[in-house]
Amino acid sequence: MSLLELQNLTQRFGDLTAVDDLNLSVDAGEFVSLLGPSGCGKTTTIRLIAGFLIPTAGRVLVSGREITNLPPERRNIGMVFQSYALFPHLNVLENVAFGLRAKKIQKNQIADKVKQCLALVNLSGYESRTMTQLSGGEQQRVAIARTLVTQPQILLLDEPLSNLDASLREQTRKQLKQLTRALGITAVFVTHDQEEAFALSDRIVLLSRGVCQQIGTPRELYHSPANEFVAQFIGKSNLLPLRFEGYGQDCLIFSFGSGVELRLRKAGMLHLRRGDVYRWLLRPEAIQFEKMPDNVRLFEARVLAQQFTGAFSEYELEGEGLRLLALQMNLSSSRALQVGETVSIHASPDAIHLLS
Amino acid sequence: MKPHRQNVQWSLLILYLSVLGLLLWLVLYPNLYIFVQSLKREGGFTFLNYQEFFLNPSQIEALSNSVLISLGSVFLSASIGVPLAFAFNLYDFPGRRILAALASLPVLLPPLVGVVSFLFLYGESGILSRGLQYGLGLKDPPVALRGVWAILFVHAYTMYVYFYLFVSAGLRRFDFSLVEASRSLGASRVRTFFLVTLRLLTPAMTGASLLTFMTSMASFSAPYIFGGGVRVLALQIYNSKLNGDLEMALVETVILTATSIFFLILLRRYEGTERYRSVSKGTQRPPELVQGRFLRMGLGVVGVLAVLFLLLPHFTLILVSFSRDGTWTTEILPPAYTIENYRRLFSSTQFLDPILNSLEMAALATAGNLLFALLAGYLIVRKRVRGRLLLGMLILLPWALPGTVLGLSLATTFDRYDPLQGRLLLVGTYWILPLAYFIRNIPVVVRAVQASFEQFDPALEEAARSLGATWLYSFRRVVFPMIVPGVISGSLLAFVAALGEFVTSIVIYTIHNRPISIEILAQLRQFNFGSAAAYGVLLVMLIAAVFVLSEKYSSDGAQLGLS
Repeated sequence: MSLLELQNLTQRFGDLTAVDDLNLSVDAGEFVSLLGPSGCGKTTTIRLIAGFLIPTAGRVLVSGREITNLPPERRNIGMVFQSYALFPHLNVLENVAFGLRAKKIQKNQIADKVKQCLALVNLSGYESRTMTQLSGGEQQRVAIARTLVTQPQILLLDEPLSNLDASLREQTRKQLKQLTRALGITAVFVTHDQEEAFALSDRIVLLSRGVCQQIGTPRELYHSPANEFVAQFIGKSNLLPLRFEGYGQDCLIFSFGSGVELRLRKAGMLHLRRGDVYRWLLRPEAIQFEKMPDNVRLFEARVLAQQFTGAFSEYELEGEGLRLLALQMNLSSSRALQVGETVSIHASPDAIHLLS
Repeated sequence: MKPHRQNVQWSLLILYLSVLGLLLWLVLYPNLYIFVQSLKREGGFTFLNYQEFFLNPSQIEALSNSVLISLGSVFLSASIGVPLAFAFNLYDFPGRRILAALASLPVLLPPLVGVVSFLFLYGESGILSRGLQYGLGLKDPPVALRGVWAILFVHAYTMYVYFYLFVSAGLRRFDFSLVEASRSLGASRVRTFFLVTLRLLTPAMTGASLLTFMTSMASFSAPYIFGGGVRVLALQIYNSKLNGDLEMALVETVILTATSIFFLILLRRYEGTERYRSVSKGTQRPPELVQGRFLRMGLGVVGVLAVLFLLLPHFTLILVSFSRDGTWTTEILPPAYTIENYRRLFSSTQFLDPILNSLEMAALATAGNLLFALLAGYLIVRKRVRGRLLLGMLILLPWALPGTVLGLSLATTFDRYDPLQGRLLLVGTYWILPLAYFIRNIPVVVRAVQASFEQFDPALEEAARSLGATWLYSFRRVVFPMIVPGVISGSLLAFVAALGEFVTSIVIYTIHNRPISIEILAQLRQFNFGSAAAYGVLLVMLIAAVFVLSEKYSSDGAQLGLS
């Protein structure tokens, strides 16, 4: 049985449907991210889990027990806020002890637990500091300690890294990953930063306008996006419109708009209709400029622009009425393409993914 | 289905209805009632009262005097307050910090006390007038504060502070990169000043103009004591009521209210705050040291003189408070001094009673304000209930109503027991004054509490709840400690305002329950200048203490609001 389960969760604010019929189950110890552009309903979703909102429809279950209408203080679900929401009138010790005191835990136990938790986030000795005496990163760790000390069944994190500067963010991200893995914490993490979601999550829920677009591991989302929105939101992408012409010998035959033919060997059953145009995803790094045993030639393209970014070179290409982006690793042996040059572009059939 | 939600809804509804009901009953109803009454004569509805008002040249004169004096006060106050704000915030010279702080001193004088100390200074037998007369060997005092100019003088002295404080605050938040952008785009210093700097300070300027205009329209003490026959509406109301012409008093009240609200709406429309907020975060500019030693010294000297002038009324009040009652007649300075005035203030029941009365009534009214403001602020900010706009307008209304208007409307509405009409018999009882103070201070306290709630990050309450705290625990340990600074400073302001209240009190006080301000007036009438001044000093000291306290709390509050 999964630890957290959302069933047909729906939240409307007047005419706006912030979360639309969301279903999700999270296993114990799993780290799940809610990813999406701003306004996609990810924050609303964790506020529903935390109990700050009562859903318009649907249920929230923890270990099979319904908690949909339970007030937040009786859910045993911890939340780390985007603004940290540290109590400015209390010091570090009092902030961390707040939840234990509210639950009327014995005093000597409180002291022990707070001490342990502060050590866990490397803040031993900070007990009597006020919030204004802490750096952004320290404030963030107090916020995490304050939540962890109450031993919540589920930890909710609302963009906890977005207020940190770039270098600190990466470092904190690693610490957060270590901490949650080491303690076996079940976490639901909200972010609009896909790199963050990829680095931390076991699974990602991609939301757009309140509707769940895909649930899957980071690799699934990147390589097998469920639809065009996912393909374009995650990473950089090229979309190829291909017309299905018919079946060849152990391959499928497609054509570009201009009539150039493409034969693809595809495993699995595809239900395609002759004459229909389908859109396919081709990631920029999957474009190759040389014929290899396992790739197929697509078409000729002209180099419109090139950009050297260190490890990679980025090319803007044009051919068959399409604009493509290509990403080549800069190995010492590879030759840089020049603007204006014409090249043949190739790709492995496995790298060409059908978008439904 | 959803138990805890429905409970919340019910108690919220009851709370909402009681707040709205109280506002409708105490704020809106008395004003509607006097409006309806002003249309009545001998039982029938008629416009005769209004016809009489507009056909009477002296009434028209009062109306135009009120408006003209108010406009003049705005102009004079702005021409003192705005340059001072610029000088003290943008330029550095010797003594700048002290002068900048002292420049807001006139706020320490409650309306009546300020006017009284001006009387001691510039009145016909005031220190300055007599000093000049004897110094120059003249038969009569060469200057005597009297008439329209006297009123304008007092207004400018007390109300330039609004411009000074508003524009200073505006300059402190000002984005000086905008000035630099304008200059680098080729605009001259002067052009930049008028097209950028001044334009961006529009919210501060309109805010201060509004406050000055409304305060001048409502001003009672200055025309009452210095007017010398100048007719203004606020005074006409009092006189008409005194003469028993209640119908005319009602018409005057309605017209004064309508005029005030008309200008309030006019200025508010002009303001349109949003357009003036800079999109960038803003770069601050430290005060620039004035170049040239002599210019710097010169500015310092001018500053010291200006502050001396500002402090004169305070010094005068203190000096006169030590004078023996009845000894000061035609001398420049009071001839005999004593501490008897102060001793008597606290030893003789006759003198102590007004103080105790005022303290008690102010405490009662403020306690009411506090409770009401907590509920209303919670509803408006945290619960974002429907009809917030209506609530907000009703809450602000007492602020737009001149004190005499409030007094008269309460005196008219609560003069008999008729619960079906929402009327109680309060006139002539103890309760009418505390009620008036309560209504008058609703805007101040609600706005302070509202601001505290707005500063307060709702995530803090949610954090407390998700850490396992019940609603009550989180209110006690998180919400309350966070809003308490704003609540205290708002309540303290209301308390001192009630303590020194004069304009409403003079319309409805009862002889057995006299507040301090009425006692000051009574002492003045008996030429007991020393006693009157001693009461004044006591009030000023209480107000000063409150300002220091609320300053302390509000800076604590700013620290708390950091997250």
